[in-house]
Amino acid sequence: MQTIYEKPKTLIDTSTHFCPGCGHGIVLRLIAEIIDAWGIRGKTIGLAPVGCAVLAYNYLDIDMCEAAHGRPPAVATGIKRVHPDNIVFAYQGDGDLAAIGTAEIIHAANRGENITFIFVNNAVYGMTNGQMAPTTLPGQRTATTPAGRDSANYGYPIRICELLAVLDGTSYIERVSLSSPENIRKTKKALEKGFTTQLEKKGFSLIEILSPCPIYWRMDANESMKYIDEDMTRIFPLGVVKDWTQKN
Amino acid sequence: MLTGNAAAAWGVRLANVDYIPAFPVTPQTEIIETLSKWINDGVMDAKFVTMDSEHSMITAAGAASATGARVFTATSSQGLVYGFEMLYTIAGWRVPLVMINVSRGLSSPITLEPDHNDILATRDTGFIQIHCEVCQEVMDSILIAYRLAEDERILLPVLVNMDGFHLSFTREPVELPIIEQVRKFLPAYKPNHAFFKASQPMAQGVAVLGGYAYSYFKYQMHLASKKAIEVYREVSEEFAELFGRTYNTVETYMADDAECLLIMTNSFTTMGKAAIERARARNIKAGLLRLRLVRPFPEADIIRFVKRAKAVAVLDQNISIGKGGIIYSDVASTLYNEKEKPVLLSFISGLGGKNISIEEFEFIFDSLVKAVDKGEISPPQLLYTEAELIEINRLKNIVGKEKHYKFESGD
Ligand SMILES: Cc1ncc(C[n+]2csc(CCOP(=O)(O)OP(=O)(O)O)c2C)c(N)n1
Ligand code: SF4
Ligand SMILES: [Mg+2]
Repeated sequence: MQTIYEKPKTLIDTSTHFCPGCGHGIVLRLIAEIIDAWGIRGKTIGLAPVGCAVLAYNYLDIDMCEAAHGRPPAVATGIKRVHPDNIVFAYQGDGDLAAIGTAEIIHAANRGENITFIFVNNAVYGMTNGQMAPTTLPGQRTATTPAGRDSANYGYPIRICELLAVLDGTSYIERVSLSSPENIRKTKKALEKGFTTQLEKKGFSLIEILSPCPIYWRMDANESMKYIDEDMTRIFPLGVVKDWTQKN
Repeated sequence: MLTGNAAAAWGVRLANVDYIPAFPVTPQTEIIETLSKWINDGVMDAKFVTMDSEHSMITAAGAASATGARVFTATSSQGLVYGFEMLYTIAGWRVPLVMINVSRGLSSPITLEPDHNDILATRDTGFIQIHCEVCQEVMDSILIAYRLAEDERILLPVLVNMDGFHLSFTREPVELPIIEQVRKFLPAYKPNHAFFKASQPMAQGVAVLGGYAYSYFKYQMHLASKKAIEVYREVSEEFAELFGRTYNTVETYMADDAECLLIMTNSFTTMGKAAIERARARNIKAGLLRLRLVRPFPEADIIRFVKRAKAVAVLDQNISIGKGGIIYSDVASTLYNEKEKPVLLSFISGLGGKNISIEEFEFIFDSLVKAVDKGEISPPQLLYTEAELIEINRLKNIVGKEKHYKFESGD
């Protein structure tokens, strides 16, 4: 008999703390699959954020470091600058990266840090019970916008990919989603490209992943996938925003 | 029945605040969520906006306060220290911001449960600090806080503190006051000191060059804070007359004839009071003193009670690494120049929400009795129970660290 599918070795055999239908588990699995396939378990260092993925080190069997809320880009910089031959990635939520950590991601991008950033955008602060994040969609109901986000008072969703793409320090930026098996395969490709960018020493890469948070979107898992396709992608269009391989 | 967080939100609602910048952090978030819901439902008239971090949140709060608005904000732990820079700045502006901190141990290691290293890290900023034991006190303290902060003799911001989980998420009966009485106690804020009116240009937050001017401003803040003790007494008397609840700078429990006195702060004091009753049942003349006002430090009131005792223990739920208990140091320096003073023992427990067990309290009182009867002074110590040490050793086994601690009572 031939094994055609198995749990990645990099994924620790444990039960998950994520809610049913959450996207974080999918992203962590994709990372584990790539690490296994590329045989880079011994040289990869991951940064866990403060957010629902805070326990990422309980799932990925690699060197990991936990960073304070919003600080993964600085921690990753410190690590990568003294260990340039290691593969360093930072895993961040939209609160972590696009609210309290905005300044740090902009400057990591501007310095062209040769690091891969995995940006899981679920349009809320999941861990603290679903308050509005800067990425929350207009009209979206959250714990701090019970009537829906009113942009006149609470501002507009921040498009991190487009914002960072204008900086000369960035090399590869793409937005993907987890809304279907096909999109998950594209997400994996994008992650591979992010790691390739780093291995080729091409500098800053960021993959934004639109990810479901059924609990705080007040939906079931299926509705969440539909919400990504029909509502989220209207504000956050999928696709490559910047790609060093396509420069002439 | 209200949680500590809901009681805090009620205090803010009753205080009729104008503006609330917010940012979520456990275990404080229920406060801002409750306020945002009330504002959305139209039962509260205030401006609410979520900011990108506590640094901006505290900054915006202070800035709005400097324009003459009544402002509130809330945070906890990592959030408080993330906005730390601005605490000094805002206190220096001498503006009457009232803020709540819901205590939670500081990272790292990461924890969600309470101790007081977060709030005590801010003790030198210039913020007045009121620490609460029960939910009712949280609500009442917010009203008192605005009175203090807005008093022309003080003009310093105030931090009200409560323990995360143990108070923030515990439901207790809370009596809501009649709104007319609240208005009488806390009328609308009329700023004479810091405000923006187009007709009277004012430069705020300016620089001073030269240490002499800088020293002058710092000393003014210090004097204002010291003065706050007297003003606090006035205000709390007025509060007691109107609402029937008395809040002295320190609260005492069976302290009048106590030979062995225990000093604590915040919600674990309730366990301390139960321990006093158990000690009394063992014929120990035990009593307790809880600090409500922590900045300014109510030295005269502490001296008054402490001097009556023969031995005093300070139970700190914080640790100044390399020195020891922070409240212990403050109490010790308060007593140093007194001619007659009791022995003063230092204990630390309850870090990161660790329970303070019956055995630990017993150990403290046994140590106090030993100090009184035999003159044996125990050194400062961090308390653990035997079961907790066994668990630590089990965890050390898992990670392959062989060296174990042996349990000696009160180690
Ligand atoms: C300085 C500081 N402020 C606030 C918090 C509280 N906090 C923890 S997680 C979080 C938001 C996480 O949201 P996000 O990054 O989007 O991750 P998600 O849980 O949605 O995956 C916040 C505000 C904190 N830990 N530290
Ligand atoms: S709250 Fe949302 S992001 Fe967090 S684990 Fe649950 S579904 Fe996932
Ligand atoms: Mg999020």
